[in-house]
Amino acid sequence: MSTEEQLLEEVTGSEYKYGFYTDIEADKAPPGLNEEIIRFISAKKNEPEWMLEWRLDALRKFEKMKEPKWANVQYPEPDLQAISYYSAPKQKKQLDSLDEVDPELLKTFEKLGISLDEQKRLTGVAMDVVVDSVSVKTTFKKTLAEKGIIFCAISEAIQEHPELVKKYLGTVVPKTDNYYAALNSAVFTDGSFCYIPKGVKCPMELSTYFRINEAGTGQFERTLLIADEGSYVSYLEGCTAPMRDENQLHAAVVELIALDDAEIKYSTVQNWYPGDKEGKGGVFNFVTKRGMCERNAKISWTQVETGSAVTWKYPSCILKGENSIGEFYSVAVTNNFQQADTGTKMIHLGKNTKSTIISKGICAGKSNGSYRGLVKIGPRAENARNFSQCDSLLMGSSCGSHTFPYIETQNKSAKVEHEATTSKIGEDQIFYCNQRGIGEEEAIALIVNGYCKDVLNQLPMEFAVEAQKLLAISLEGSVG
Amino acid sequence: MLKVSNLHAGIDGNEILQGIDLEIKPGEVHAIMGPNGSGKSTLSSVIAGREDYEVTQGHIDFEGEDLLDLEADERAHKGIFLSFQYPVEIPGVTVTNFLKTAINEMRKAQGLEAMAANVMLKKMREKMALLEMDKGFLSRSLNEGFSGGEKKRNEIFQMAMLEPKLAILDETDSGLDIDALRIVANGVNKLKTSKNAVLVITHYQRLLEYIVPDYVHVLHKGKIVKSGDKNLALELEEKGYDWLKEETTV
Repeated sequence: MSTEEQLLEEVTGSEYKYGFYTDIEADKAPPGLNEEIIRFISAKKNEPEWMLEWRLDALRKFEKMKEPKWANVQYPEPDLQAISYYSAPKQKKQLDSLDEVDPELLKTFEKLGISLDEQKRLTGVAMDVVVDSVSVKTTFKKTLAEKGIIFCAISEAIQEHPELVKKYLGTVVPKTDNYYAALNSAVFTDGSFCYIPKGVKCPMELSTYFRINEAGTGQFERTLLIADEGSYVSYLEGCTAPMRDENQLHAAVVELIALDDAEIKYSTVQNWYPGDKEGKGGVFNFVTKRGMCERNAKISWTQVETGSAVTWKYPSCILKGENSIGEFYSVAVTNNFQQADTGTKMIHLGKNTKSTIISKGICAGKSNGSYRGLVKIGPRAENARNFSQCDSLLMGSSCGSHTFPYIETQNKSAKVEHEATTSKIGEDQIFYCNQRGIGEEEAIALIVNGYCKDVLNQLPMEFAVEAQKLLAISLEGSVG
Repeated sequence: MLKVSNLHAGIDGNEILQGIDLEIKPGEVHAIMGPNGSGKSTLSSVIAGREDYEVTQGHIDFEGEDLLDLEADERAHKGIFLSFQYPVEIPGVTVTNFLKTAINEMRKAQGLEAMAANVMLKKMREKMALLEMDKGFLSRSLNEGFSGGEKKRNEIFQMAMLEPKLAILDETDSGLDIDALRIVANGVNKLKTSKNAVLVITHYQRLLEYIVPDYVHVLHKGKIVKSGDKNLALELEEKGYDWLKEETTV
C-alpha cells in the first residue's frame, strides 16, 4: 500500500531530482587519450604489468576502430580527446568504517537517498559505491567473506585475485567487441568484481551505485561477475548523475559468467541525467552488457531505463550450455528529447536452450525509443525456444517508437515467437481514473505501472519501489 | 443536492443539451429515459466533468457548490460517482490496486488518513458478497477480459466501496442478463439510504422494475419533455417514444 502513496507524494517536482554537485577535491588526469594516459591510470592504481599490457593492447585495437552509426539515435560524436579519463575523490587510505568517509561524500549519498548507514541497517543490501570511478566503500564484506563470496572494486580484485580476473576478464566481451567496449577496456578506472563460489547462494542482494560527479569526466566502469557452479546471486545496479549543460560520456562494460547450474539475476535502474527540456546536456550512455551461460545456467537481465540523453544498450545472453536460460525484462522510458536504442541479443548455441524477452517502451514528449533485438539460433541448438514480446506505449503525438526485431535461425527444430503491440494512454482511461477521484498525474503513474508490471515484478522489492517512482517522475507533465 | 438549471452543452460545436432543468434531493431515485441520441449520456458525462464537452450556458450546483468550476477528480471527491456505460480496461492494474488508489485519493482529498489494509479488505469482501462476486475477481486486471456483465458488476462494486452521495448509473442494464440485472439492482437498492441519491439513465423500463424511481424524466432532443412518477416509465414501455415526440413537436 505505502508504495503507491510514496509514489504519489513524490510526483510533485518534475525537475531532475539528483541534480546537485558535491564539492569534493578530485584527483584528476589531464584530458586526452593516449598511451601516456593509460600508463598514468595504471600507475595510479598500482596495477601489475599484465594489466597495463592488457589496457595498451585494447588501446591499440581501439585506435583502429570507428564509431558505429547503425543505432537509431542522433548525437554529436563525443570528443574523446577532451575527456579526462581519471577522476578520483582525493582520499588515499583504505577505510574501515563509515566514520572515515569524507562527510561531503556521505552527504551526497544522503541526497541520493542511499545513505550507506541506512542501507546497512535497514535493507541488508551490500553495496559498492562508485563515485566518479573509484570504489569508496564496500559494505558487508565480512558477512560475504564468511561464505567465500568476493565482492569488491575491480581494481582491488586485480591486486587481490589476479588469477580470477585474468581468467575471465574480456572473455564474454572481448576487447574488440565494439568501439566503446574497446575504449572501456583501455581506460576503465573502476567498477565491481564479484565471485560466488561453488554451490553458494548469496544471502543478500549485492548492489552497486554509480554516479558521475566531476565535470568533463567520463565514466568507464567495468563489472565482472562470476557465479561458479551451482551458485546464485542477485545483483543490483543503480545510476544517477548531476545536472550539467555539457554531455557526459558513460561507456561501461558488464560481463557475467554463469557456470554450470548457476543463476545470476542482474537488475539495473538507470537514471542518468537526461538533459533539460530543450534537449541540452545529459549523459551519453553506451554500454555493453553480456552474459555467458554454461550448462543448466540461467541469466536474467532486468532493466528500468529512465535517464540519459542517448542510450545505446543491449544486455545479452550467450546460451552456450545445454538447457541454459536467458531472460531480458526491460522498461525504457524516453521523454523530452531523449533517445534510446535498446534491446537484447539471445544467442542460442546449446541444445534445449530457452530465452524470454519482455520489452516495454514508453515514449513521451519529442523523444524517440527503439527496441532492437536479435534472436539467433545456432546450428547445434536443437529444440531452442524463444518468446519475445515488445510493447510500446506512446504519450502525445510528437514522439516516436520503433521496433527492430532480428531473427536468425540455423536449426529447424527451433521455435521462435514474437509479439508486438503499440498503444496510447487514452483520454478515456484518464477520465475513468479521474471519475474515481484519481488525479491526472496519479492516473498516468497507475496506468504506466500497470503496463510495466511484468517487468517491475522481476525487480527486488526496494528497487521496484524506486523504479515506480522514477517512472512517475520521468513522465510527469507529459500528457497535456 | 443536485440542481441543474438551464444547462446547454455540446461537443465539437454541436449543442446536444438544450436547456436541462433537474433537481435531485437526498434519498431520491430519479430515472432519465429517452430514445437514442436524446442526450442521456451527454448529461451524465457533463455532470461527471468529462473535458470533451463544453458547457455553453446554465449551471450545475451540487450541495451549494458550482460543479462547473471543478475538475472531474474534484467532483468525484465531492461524492459524485458515474457508473460507465462502457468501462475502460487498464491492463496490469488489478481491481484491488485500482480501488485502493481511488479510495485513498478520495480520503486524501477529504483530509483523512489512508485506509488500513485489513479494513479495506474486509470491506471489499463484504461488498463482493453483496454483489455475489467471486474472490478471484480482485486480482484480475481492471476490466481486462471482463464480460459485459462483469464490467457492470465491477462498476457497482466500486460504487459500493466509494459510497458516493450521488450515483449516476449510465445504461447499467445494457449487457446484463436477467440474473445479473437482479443482483446489480439488488446491490444498488441495499446501498440506498436517505442521505444519498441515484440517477438512473436507461433506454428501457426493465431496470426500473428493480430500481424503482421516485421520478421519471423523458429526454428528447436535449430537453426534458415530460416528467412524472414510475407510471410514466410503464407508459413509455407500452407506447414507445413516438407519441412523445409528436406531442412535443406540435
